[in-house]
Amino acid sequence: MDSLADLGTMPAVEPMEPTPYRVTHSRRETVDVTTLTLVPVAAGLASVLPGQYLMVWAFGVGEIPISVSRTLPTGEVLLTVRAVGATSTAVVGTTVGDVLGLRGPFGTAWPLAAAAGRDLVVVAGGLGLAPLRMAIDAQVAQDPTRLSVVVGAREQPQLLYADDLQRWTAAGARVHLTVDAAGRSWHGAVGTTTAVLERLAERHEMAFVCGPELMMTSGARAVVGCGVQPSDIWVSLERNMHCGIGHCGRCQLGSQLLCRDGAVVRWDHVERLLEVRGR
Amino acid sequence: MTGSHAPVAVRLDPRVGLDALVRLLAADGYRVLGPVVRNGVVEYDDVMSGDDLPTGVTVEQAPGRWRLHHDDSGLRFAWTPGAESWKRYVFPARQEVLRIRRTDGSFAVTRPAPPERPFAFLAVRDCELRALAVLDRVELDPSHPDPRYAQRRAGTFIVAVTCGTPAATCWCTSMGGGPQPGTGYDVRITEAADHHGHRLVAEAGSERGAQVLIRLAATAVDEHDLAAVRSVAEAATQSMGVRLDGAALPTLLADADDSPHWQVVAERCLSCGNCTMVCPTCFCSTFSDHTALTSDGSAVVETVREQSWASCFQLDHSALGGRAVRATTADRYRQWLTHKLATWQEQFGTTGCVGCGRCTVWCPAGIDIVQEAAALVAERARLNSAGDFRT
Repeated sequence: MDSLADLGTMPAVEPMEPTPYRVTHSRRETVDVTTLTLVPVAAGLASVLPGQYLMVWAFGVGEIPISVSRTLPTGEVLLTVRAVGATSTAVVGTTVGDVLGLRGPFGTAWPLAAAAGRDLVVVAGGLGLAPLRMAIDAQVAQDPTRLSVVVGAREQPQLLYADDLQRWTAAGARVHLTVDAAGRSWHGAVGTTTAVLERLAERHEMAFVCGPELMMTSGARAVVGCGVQPSDIWVSLERNMHCGIGHCGRCQLGSQLLCRDGAVVRWDHVERLLEVRGR
Repeated sequence: MTGSHAPVAVRLDPRVGLDALVRLLAADGYRVLGPVVRNGVVEYDDVMSGDDLPTGVTVEQAPGRWRLHHDDSGLRFAWTPGAESWKRYVFPARQEVLRIRRTDGSFAVTRPAPPERPFAFLAVRDCELRALAVLDRVELDPSHPDPRYAQRRAGTFIVAVTCGTPAATCWCTSMGGGPQPGTGYDVRITEAADHHGHRLVAEAGSERGAQVLIRLAATAVDEHDLAAVRSVAEAATQSMGVRLDGAALPTLLADADDSPHWQVVAERCLSCGNCTMVCPTCFCSTFSDHTALTSDGSAVVETVREQSWASCFQLDHSALGGRAVRATTADRYRQWLTHKLATWQEQFGTTGCVGCGRCTVWCPAGIDIVQEAAALVAERARLNSAGDFRT
């Protein structure tokens, strides 16, 4: 097995080896969501495309996939994390100076090149705004007048990135906010992002959708009602990713290994699979 | 196999010749692994001499049943494999990936040492050989080759064996294989016992295989030996028949997601995961941290990242946001069967099943993958002929 003998002597890149990053800033976004700013301790990872994710490892606890919500020209990455399980709680619990291990970037990106010169609608539910933030930033820089952003959250305090929402609006993008339950201080829309899309009845040519799975399926269908072809709708799907490179088999959805073939996938490639309960 | 080589084939004595082969490979620096009978089953383990390999052992296999029998035939390769496959060595059930120590303001990573010696696998059946090729496709995927797998797999010397006595549960002939390994080996042994005597016919499949056979200084084969090789393979192939059109399964199962048959199987399936643990190609795994008790007084200072086999039958395999996507046994059985027989093809350009039958044999409920796949295919055909095309 000569070819295999060659592989054995290759300088072995260990795709599972984390790269140390130090926490330089921790910002509490909501009651259980925090955005960390991390800087590489030594050499950093390759540059991240909007929509890609990193595997984030907390020493002695475990590793989870987290979409990158922003990168800075100085090499920092921003990760917006909700404390759900042991690892995400450990990640959210880090303080300035703590070190986490990062691997990646992994997965597919939002197809921004294909969105150039077209009317784009971005639909975000809850934490789903995080993987979309870089894509919205890029589109705002390019052509904000052809961009609509629909953002939904359970309640007003769960709305992420208030500064960015204002900045996108000021730049000329149409930003629509909605909440499931309105408090006394909320004077905006109440209801789902799907309801907002249906009510606005804007015409679009392309859509990026990210949020809870049910929100994405109903959102994608509402976007079809806004004139977008199913092949021009992109969603970001999540499964139990452990390796990021298609080796551990845990992120399968039909024939897709979502860690490798996703997370950003074309709606018409997954619509049928998402209709099957427990697939 | 690359390189040209003369067609080297020798006749070996079933006892002395096999022993010489084991010792020669060990002397050449290989870690020689082969079948041994232990705890009532055939396992693959280190062998020091030819006598470590089974003699006069046959195996009875049926759904949910594997029984070892001894006879006085003196045959060396009349057994069929047990639960274990060669996956155990190239992709261990539990392996250290990294050892990570806290340092001042960062962490430092050390990797495990590669194996000291390359493996020599003895008595590799065609199904086992194809299973290794399937694993190679997954683990040595050019964009992200697994360096630990590559190191363990590098330089493996393969002594293949023609499967003269396939079991009732074997169905390699339906999955693109057959009793006789056709390629991918260094040496192929066929055991013949006819009126010309009981002997092993060893044929080289590579240059280094040829060199090993030449150094054994054995008798060259005659036409009776080569005829025996053909007839052993032909008889075994005929005894098996073809149970399913394996190559058509990805298409035939493509629209089976909504089938009521998944629930029918789920009534019997225990969701125990045995099928995935004995499968020679199942690669699902998990990564976890194992922290040592050593501490610097305030925090754990060292952790070991481990990779271990996982199963799509585990509830937490599909965990997402604190719940399982595949919540029912029917969901999990569907994932297993469709991955193995259908979606694997699109993911890795090869089928995930080699037809070894282990999943059927070691299923405590005796669920037969061939029967279940055939039932699904028949159901699809019925629906299609009834005009119920799903779009």
